[in-house]
Amino acid sequence: MAFVNMKTKEVQAKIVFYGPGRGGKTTNLEYVYSKFRERIKTDMVSIKTHGDRTLFFDFLPFDIGKIMGYDVKIQLYTVPGQVKYNATRKLVLKGVDGMVFVADSQRDKREKNHESLKNLQENLAAYKKSIFKIPLVLQYNKRDLKETPLMPIEMMEKDLNKQLKAPSFPASAITGENVVPTLKKIISLTMASLQNVMK
Amino acid sequence: MGSDDSYEFTDYSLDQEQLEYIEEVLDDDLIQAGVHSVLLIDMAGNIIAQKDNGHCDHDVYSLAALASANFAAVDTMAKIVGEEEFSLLFHKGENENIHFSKVHSEFLLITIFGKDVTLGLLRLKVNEVVEKIRGLWE
Repeated sequence: MAFVNMKTKEVQAKIVFYGPGRGGKTTNLEYVYSKFRERIKTDMVSIKTHGDRTLFFDFLPFDIGKIMGYDVKIQLYTVPGQVKYNATRKLVLKGVDGMVFVADSQRDKREKNHESLKNLQENLAAYKKSIFKIPLVLQYNKRDLKETPLMPIEMMEKDLNKQLKAPSFPASAITGENVVPTLKKIISLTMASLQNVMK
Repeated sequence: MGSDDSYEFTDYSLDQEQLEYIEEVLDDDLIQAGVHSVLLIDMAGNIIAQKDNGHCDHDVYSLAALASANFAAVDTMAKIVGEEEFSLLFHKGENENIHFSKVHSEFLLITIFGKDVTLGLLRLKVNEVVEKIRGLWE
């Protein structure tokens, strides 16, 4: 539910990073924040627990410049990944325009990825949105890990993306690998979906 | 995948004339009454209209994101304890106070004011503004 202001020629769109707990959603945003520091005029907002886990959300406003004469402001959000925070996680999805699903590539997180994707589908449905229709990008995070066994990309594609057929990226949020391409992809899908209203 | 024609945008629409009217009302009824800053936001955290007295340098985008989330959290708490909603949402500080008011199901009015405006006067003024904005859809 992006807001297009015809008077100020400004578009505000909401992109939410979703995925299992400790999967790297906040790290994605932190990387974007460090990489584009000069474009982001404000601080990143994080509502965390004492143990440094996301309690409510992280928020990062991101100015991407002019598209079709409109000043486009992308609002990046993360949700808390922990299962117990579903009530707040659901609130963050209100008015979402585009989604990034950050999956954890570690073999023992296979079930957690599944649960989280299913939870996303249910929570979107509560807002009458379909996971098959909303602009969505999948990110297979933590490809840099050497110590723990990782799932092959083909296996993750089959597990999570067989029906969705969304664009996907193997990535490492901590090193920054494919973080920006993930973001660029979801921004372009989201803007394409908004084109009908930006005339 | 991506989008298709059935994808929905805002549940409301406002033309330029309506936005100008809203800004005028915010300025005349609230800023002129001594309010420091006022934001009309939607429940997703987008800013619809904003006015201030020229002396505020708030990060309004973060404020809008937090305010909508805060409102949604309080609203959910109300439902858990069996209330339809909590009618007064107000945070008092030493120098600045924040007042939240629901305009309708999609809009929220956030008012930031100091010691020179009493809560009673503010609520009166906010109610008038809310009525005027609601009038746009009647």
